[in-house]
Parts: sequence; C-alpha cells; structure tokens
Amino acid sequence: MAKILAVDDSASMRQMVSFTLSSAGHEVTEASDGVEALKVAKSRNGFDLVISDINMPNMDGIALIKELRQLSDFKFTPILMLTTESGAEKKGEGKSAGATGWIVKPFNPDQLLATVMKVL
Amino acid sequence: MAIDLSQFHQVFFEESIEGLDTMEAALMALDANNVDQETINVIFRSAHSIKGGSATFGFKSVSEFTHDMETILDQVRSGRRNISPDDINIFLQSVDCMREMISLIQAGEEGDTEVASSLKETFSAMLTAGDSGKSNKNGLDEGAQRNNSEDVARPGNPHEKVRQWQLEFIPGEKILQTGNDVLRLFRELAEVATVRSVAFAGELPGFSSLDPLACYMTWRLELETSAPADDIYAIFEWVEDESEIKLAEIKPAIEVESKPDIKPVKPVASESTSIRVAIDKIDNLINLVGELVITQSMLGQLGADFDVRKLPRLNEGLGQLEHNTRELQESVMRIRMLPISFAFSRFPRMVRDLGSQLGKSINLVMLGESTELDKTVMEKIGDPLIHLVRNAIDHGIEMPETRLQAGKDKEGRLTLNAYHQGGNVVIEISDDGKGLNREALLEKAIEKNILSEDESLEMSDDQVFELIFSPGFSTAKTVSDVSGRGVGMDVVKRNIQSLNGAIDVSSEKNKGSTFTIRLPLTLAILDGQLVRVGGNIYVFPLVSIVESMQYDKHKVNKIAGGCEVFSLRDDYVPIIELREVFDVAEEKKEGDSALMVVVESGGEKTGIVVDELLAQQQVVIKSLEKNYKKVEGVSGATILGDGTVALILDMPGIVKLKSWESSQQRQPIHAVR
Repeated sequence: MAKILAVDDSASMRQMVSFTLSSAGHEVTEASDGVEALKVAKSRNGFDLVISDINMPNMDGIALIKELRQLSDFKFTPILMLTTESGAEKKGEGKSAGATGWIVKPFNPDQLLATVMKVL
Repeated sequence: MAIDLSQFHQVFFEESIEGLDTMEAALMALDANNVDQETINVIFRSAHSIKGGSATFGFKSVSEFTHDMETILDQVRSGRRNISPDDINIFLQSVDCMREMISLIQAGEEGDTEVASSLKETFSAMLTAGDSGKSNKNGLDEGAQRNNSEDVARPGNPHEKVRQWQLEFIPGEKILQTGNDVLRLFRELAEVATVRSVAFAGELPGFSSLDPLACYMTWRLELETSAPADDIYAIFEWVEDESEIKLAEIKPAIEVESKPDIKPVKPVASESTSIRVAIDKIDNLINLVGELVITQSMLGQLGADFDVRKLPRLNEGLGQLEHNTRELQESVMRIRMLPISFAFSRFPRMVRDLGSQLGKSINLVMLGESTELDKTVMEKIGDPLIHLVRNAIDHGIEMPETRLQAGKDKEGRLTLNAYHQGGNVVIEISDDGKGLNREALLEKAIEKNILSEDESLEMSDDQVFELIFSPGFSTAKTVSDVSGRGVGMDVVKRNIQSLNGAIDVSSEKNKGSTFTIRLPLTLAILDGQLVRVGGNIYVFPLVSIVESMQYDKHKVNKIAGGCEVFSLRDDYVPIIELREVFDVAEEKKEGDSALMVVVESGGEKTGIVVDELLAQQQVVIKSLEKNYKKVEGVSGATILGDGTVALILDMPGIVKLKSWESSQQRQPIHAVR
C-alpha cells in the first residue's frame, strides 16, 4: 500500500510503529534519527508519508521536517510528528517547520492507523 | 486491528535501562553552575523516551513518575529553571528508582515503590515552587485535555441527535506546503457527517502575482451529523492555527463527556537475555562465510576429479580453509565481546556517592574503556571490581586533611585501566592512597594465627601483601558499611580464579596500591601448547608458560625434603615430572628428548618436565565437570583434530597438587580417558 518512513530514536516505539503499519500492509522504512532519515529520504524517493519523533539526538524532528521540505520529492508529502501532551509549543514549531499534523503519545496501534489513514 | 503490544516490551525494557545509563552518565557530567545544553538535552531525551514508551506500552507507574520529571527537565532545558547540585542528586536517585521500577515490571509486578511516591512528591513540590517564581506556560492542561478528546465520542453515537451545521473553511495560504490536502480533510469530514453541499468561494489574485504553491480557495459546506462539534473541529485540528474554521450550529452543542481509555497490562512471562552486536561484526562474519563458501566449492571441484598433480592446489585450498576457519572462529567469538565500559560505567556514580558519604574527594580516571571482553566474563567480574573499588576508596584513599599533611593533592586519584596483553585482558585498579601497611598486615596475620612470628620476618613485601587474600583477613580498625567485614578479598580472589584469571597486588607506602586482574578473553577457547608424555597428549594454557628449554639433568639439584630444583640462570625452580603426576606407565623411550616447560602460577615459577612439545593451537574447552567430574589439576578437556581427547592442565592446580603430594603420601592422578 503506502511507503512510509518511520523515524524515532526509541527502538521500542519504532518497532511498534513499524510493526503496526506493516501489519496494515504498508511498506515501512525505519530510521533512528534525523540524520539517518534524511539520508534515506535523499537516496530513496517515493515515500507517501513520514512519521517522525521530535526529540532525537543528532538531528531532531523539527530540523528534519525543515530539511525534508527543502527536497522537491517531499514538498507535499504528509509528515506527521509524534508529540507528547506536554509539547504544545513543539506542535507550533513543527507546524511552522512544515509538519502536516501530529500524533499525540501515548497512542495505541488503532489510533496510529486511524491517524495515518487521514493523510493517505 | 489487534496488535499485541507485549511483543515490544523486552525492547522497551532494554532501551530504558540503556537510557537510564545514559541519563546517569549525563547527570554525572552535568555542572550545576554551568549547564551544558547538549548534556541537559541528553538527559531530557532519555526521560522523554522512557515516558513515551512506558505510556504507550501501558506502564502507568513509570509514565506517571517520569511525567513531572520531564516537565522539570524541559524547563531547565529551555532556560526557565536553574538546576542545583541537590536537584542533580534527586535526579540521580530517580534514575535508581526507575531502574528498580522497570525491573519490578519486568518481573511481572507492579512498578510502584515507596521511593517513587516520595520522589514524585518532591517533583511536584519543585514544580509548584517554580511556578510561583517564573512564568510557566507549557500548555500542559490544554494538551492533556486535547488528548482526552481524541479518545472519546466516536462519530454516530446512537444517543446523539442528528444536527445541521454550516461550516466555513478558509484555509491558510500555506496549507498545502505543510503536506495538508483539503480533499483529504473533506474525505475525513464525510466519514463523520453527511456533506449536503459544497460551495467554492475565495478570490484568485492576478496571474502575475499568483504563487503556484499557495491555496487561495475557500469553502462553505452544509453538514448533517450526529457527531459532536468537537469531532468536526478535530478533523481540522492540524490546520486550525493558520486557517479559519467557522462552524455555525443550528442547535446548541452538547457537552462532551470524557472517558479515559484504560488498557489492560499483561505481565511479561519470562525474561530473555540478548546481546547487542555492532553491525560491522556481523558484516565481517557474513563476508567470512562468503569466503568459506568459495573455498569449499574450490575444494569440491578439486575433489571431483583428483589426481596427484593437483596436490599443491589441494594443500593450498586446505591452507585457505584453515585460515577461513580461524578467522570465522575469531569473528564468532567477537560477537560475545563487549567493551569493558559496560562494567566500568557504574563506577563514576559509585565513586561520587561513596566519596560524598565518606567525606573524601576522589577523581576517577578510566582508561581503555573500549577494551573488549567476553560477555560472561564481564558479568562475573562486576562484583569483584565493585569490591576492589570500594576498598580503594574506603581503606586506600585518605581523608583530605590527612592527604594535605602528607604533602599530597587534596583530591584522591583512583584509576581504572583496562588493556589487552597477549591473550589476556588486564584490569588495573590503582589508588594514590596510603598503601598497604606491612607491619599492620603482619601483626594481624600473627594475631589470627596465619603466620608465626619467625615466618613473618623472612617474608618479602609481595608475600605480605598476598596475605590480604587469605580467608577471614581484615585490617580495617572499624567495620564500615562501605567495604566489607573481612569476607571480601578471598572471595574476590576465588571469583577471579574461577574465571581462569589471577589477581596480584603491589603497593608502596604513602604512594598507593595497585590491584592487577588478569582475565582470559573468553571462557570458551584457550590458546594451548600441546605436549606429549608417553602416549598421552596434554594441553598447557599458553598464558601460563614462561619459556621452554632442554631438560639438562646436570642442572638438577636435590634439596632437603627430597625436592628437586633446576638451576635456571640465577634462580632455582622446583621441577615436576608430568609423567609422575599422571602416573604414565610407559617408560621414556630411547631418544625422547626431555624438555622442560617453565610455568608461572601465583608469582612462582615451576619447571614441568615433558617428553615432547607439539603444536600450539587454539582449543575449544569442554567442561570435565559436566561430562565427568571435577579432577584436581585439570581444568577441562578438548577434542583434538584426530578425535582424541586431551586434558587441559590447570597449572596452579598441578603445582598445588605436587607440593601437597610431597608432604603427604604420593597419590598420582589417574588420567581420564
């Protein structure tokens, strides 16, 4: 179905996101931080959706979104960020960086799939 | 879709423990007076990840605990709060507390502990105190509320009445550039409500000033739905900031009741251990297997129609096979190897805590942290190391005043150093404290009847220092709760010996002491020297061999007690005939050139007489205890290339056996076959 890039520095979250989306038939590529995600994004195109955590080492989610929006392939690609309820200002920051929307942690697989369906 | 979240629990536990280690290290590095942004970011990220994960996987106790902590850290991170050394201590306590919570949960229990609730209170007190001083608007409440509203009131609640709405949607010009799509929004809308009509509105600018990426259109929709207004707003949640969404209601909206989403937590049944392997090790392994396959197919081809002229090529192929196998073996062993920093990482914290508890200031220096060591060895060396470090801090390093009087730096120095030497890993624990006190040790030994007064006069410093490894020996004037009650050092020594390792101590008065631990790289493989006695082959661990030489009978002297010693340069070493130890029946044949292998154990050299030295090779250690029973002087067995079993000799054991034998009735071991 859709090709999705999942970015999170936490392996358990990444696996959960990836497993959930794969079970729903999506093709998921994982990256553990912004730098790795950007590398993947540049080397492979055709992603239908990017799901990224905000707080990550090396390059955080906000910087990643800004970088991705510079790439012609990702100009209109939906990018969802994973935020926590305490990250209200992060949402604003993410939006101005070019994020499409967000998923609030904690979420369960069903909530994730429902949110993803909104942008596919 | 039903997805069992418990499959991710193990990964979560592992990464949380790792995160806590990272957090602890960063907290240790944090200077309250000069907060380094990246360090505080690292701490925040760890807490944040643990919180996110625990909330997702339903570990409420952990996520609640980390919640306030994260908020405080976020304030520090964004410069809205200062951090004091006391705060750092509280965070360090929290790290310990979270470790405990996670291990409780891992064991299938509730994660709540008393420490956790008291720390939680401390955090909320910190938060309230911080609120009064600084303006603190982090949208916590707003966010929490929003989170709830997402969980509740799915569309088409049967007891909600169908209502009519008029919706005006004026998207922000940049809406498309964030990857949002008006069509998709309407598609969502259609799922919650019946869209009765859609009207386009809005103005296009002149062609010359038109931005192709901007959205100039606006819409007016008529909806019919039983869903509450919040559901409609929720669809536009991502674009509501830059867009205008006007929802005109024909009937007044109904209050939304909220129900929290409760997820049942399934306890984890069993704990599995895993090992994290660097990708380059795996790549290397794959590469080697590839080469092995090539060699195999080459030999296969050669074997298909072999004649004698192809012998050189066969030999070449076999040589390559040997090379491949050895490299493969090394690579596989490397998978089990971890950098010693795994064992060292707990010490900065421990040294800091102990130092402040005892009122000593200590500078911990760690060297060679990337030195690799087998995982099993690493796990078993942890406790002995802790003991040695504790001892060094408690007994070795003096109080600051004493140090100043002795003309030393006020700050004590404790060095942990690890490096490879031959097939061994050497770990040194050295302090610059007062050193071991020869007189006090001797006095104690005489008092405990370990030595007689006469014996004590003849002992070298090294021999005196060895006394601390004797069972039940403690020189500390008072027993503190920091280091043990004299049950320690002998246990340390025994533990290290059970790993085929050795521990030595050297010390100089007022300069400090150094404990040196030698450990094998791995417990599974041994670099061995094969020797032959009669028809039997034995394996000497290569590490214990100092040198080998011709056994010249003229250099043998008999001394009192029937003991034979060999004159080795300026020294005399006792000799042991391996033939006698194992009671080899076959007599020495004519032309058997007797050789002597000098081995070292416990700082003493011993010459062991054998018939012949054979190849040096790596042998895989098979436990004799598991397959047969424990035999004194033999540490294990191995299977040689021709399928025969050879015993691996335990040098200290052989030497001990021999010295015991010479004082008792002679009782040779009967070789196990």
